[in-house]
Amino acid sequence: MEQILANGVYLGSQYAMIALGLTLIFALMNVLNFAHGQMYVIGGFVTYTFYGQWGVPFVLALFMSCVTLAILGALIEKFLFAPVIKGSAREESTMLLAAGIAFLLDALILIIFGEKQRGVPKIVDGVFNYDFRLIMPYDRILICGLAILSIVAFIGLMQYTKTGRALRALAQDRTAAQLMGVNVDRYSMIGFALGAMLAGLVGGLLVTITGVNLGMGGPTSIKAFMMVMIGGAGVISGAIWGGIILGFMEAIGLAVLSQYGDITYLLIFISLMIFLAIRPQGLMGKPWG
Amino acid sequence: MQRRTLMKAALTAAALTAFQGSAAFAENPVLKVGFVGVTSGPAAAWGISNQRSMEARAAWINETGGYTIGDTTYDIEIVSFDDQKDPKRAIAGMEKMAQEGIHYVVGPNVDDGAAAVRPVAESNGIMYFPYAFPKSLYQAPASNAVLGMVANYQSGPAIYKYLMKEKGVKTVAFIAANESDPLSQRDGGVAAAEALGLEVVSSNVTYQVDTTDFTPVLTPIMRTQPDLLVLSGVSPANAPQLIRSARELGFEGVISTETAQDAGVLAEGAGDLANGFISVGGASTPELASPMMNEFVDRYTKMFGEYNDESNTKVYALEYILETLKADPSAIDNVDAFKAKMDTFEAPNPYMNGDAKLRYVGMSSFGQRRQVAVPLVVNVYQDGAFETLFVAEVD
Repeated sequence: MEQILANGVYLGSQYAMIALGLTLIFALMNVLNFAHGQMYVIGGFVTYTFYGQWGVPFVLALFMSCVTLAILGALIEKFLFAPVIKGSAREESTMLLAAGIAFLLDALILIIFGEKQRGVPKIVDGVFNYDFRLIMPYDRILICGLAILSIVAFIGLMQYTKTGRALRALAQDRTAAQLMGVNVDRYSMIGFALGAMLAGLVGGLLVTITGVNLGMGGPTSIKAFMMVMIGGAGVISGAIWGGIILGFMEAIGLAVLSQYGDITYLLIFISLMIFLAIRPQGLMGKPWG
Repeated sequence: MQRRTLMKAALTAAALTAFQGSAAFAENPVLKVGFVGVTSGPAAAWGISNQRSMEARAAWINETGGYTIGDTTYDIEIVSFDDQKDPKRAIAGMEKMAQEGIHYVVGPNVDDGAAAVRPVAESNGIMYFPYAFPKSLYQAPASNAVLGMVANYQSGPAIYKYLMKEKGVKTVAFIAANESDPLSQRDGGVAAAEALGLEVVSSNVTYQVDTTDFTPVLTPIMRTQPDLLVLSGVSPANAPQLIRSARELGFEGVISTETAQDAGVLAEGAGDLANGFISVGGASTPELASPMMNEFVDRYTKMFGEYNDESNTKVYALEYILETLKADPSAIDNVDAFKAKMDTFEAPNPYMNGDAKLRYVGMSSFGQRRQVAVPLVVNVYQDGAFETLFVAEVD
């Protein structure tokens, strides 16, 4: 039981971080960013290149992942999403654009970083072992702690800074925010960059545990969408709860149902369908504010 | 006006460059060989190592004047199609090969794709070299598929026997991705292990293909404390993570797989925790690799920046196709002649030291010669490189 709980906390924290960036972009711009998983993968590869290949300290490599993805996100918003949103009222236009960006990033990842699975040296050696009832490598404990700290920092930023207030105003009512003097174009770009940066941050953190390969993008996006749907699209706390719930469902399912084969995700999907039929807006219901 | 002139000049230069390129390529008639396999998504490493092996070898042949079959010297062109591991796309890929008049195709990489393309290949006179293990693809009445590697039901028993004798292995656990290939390989492995008298303590645990964290998946298996953990049909992307998680959970037994792996990927993903990991390879170790193999590795590395150890096995399919065509030039557009030649074909294996031969095998597994005789090289990973554990032959 201790192992299941520990696995649930670890998986939940990393999933919550993945979902945060996606839900932020959705809240601000009503854009379903299908390229979120690819941004996560790029974050992993940047950390791999700096830390694994060039020997740069891990914290600096992680910072480079954040910066790279923030710049990439800002450029994508300014030159791709912003013109499309201004030129088309149809939501499917941005969805198609996001899907196109996902394919483009996949192709670029293959060209730049290659097809192989990549990994980096462990940032902390050793394994915590409590009487074989709870086994957790120290690097996972550290990454879990860093993920939780990052989530807290992000919530703090959204709650207590001018940028955070502007972003929340934008998410609540774009027109009203504009009338109150919020520079909508600028904060949309900042918000998208922040969402992409979160993807880069979690990609950089997790490359130390899971490694990274070019095929991880699509499945990561799908999991992130599931978490957002559970928690409620565009709701920050919903994304966190969605991540934690999915993490615990996975940890419990894999432990309890392992002898029946891989039915954990089958049951998760069935539960999700039933849940959404009863509560289509997800746990938290409506855009946050 | 100046800008327009500049653009015209640039376009003319580009057209001339393209013309020069095609003119250089067109010195010899072109023999097209196809590749239909997965070069995108999580399993991309499998297909890309295929495609790049073929492209590196073709570029080498073309650079050295072409490949002579009968009285004609050909430049080799590789026509590739990414099936995205989707059987429908694999069918579309094989149809494209048929439209281009291609009779010899390497791939697909997985079971369902290989099964799906069979009607297209047979109705269009295409011989294809899949990396898929179902016996029905190679047993009569099927006749156009040639297994491009050693199957798990051939390598598995050899590895288990070795481990029983040398390491005293008595119990075994299997884990596989929830996909057709790994699951069928797991079932074959379980049957082989039971036939040899091993006690199978766990065989039901599976994982999603996109799993990135294997600690929760492996925890139930670790409770069974097997002597041997078999990673059935594991992809190179998942192998290091599985090994790392198993070792971190305290597993001290042997870990093995029947698929080919890459030493660099293992070193990065699992480091010293991968020491002792057993896998299957081609002419992959220094004592086995011939000078030609070493040159192939150099050329591949120069062309693509980094070598992939999986290509030690995947270098062979194109060589078999070309050598067989050389042995019977009439087979160049007649696969019946190719099939007839397969029964007696034999040529020196240029990639291995010693007197190894290229020949078609498979009589005991399939009842007909529908498998390339890739050496069954069982490797053990140690400190960043593979060492040869033992070498055996199929058939």
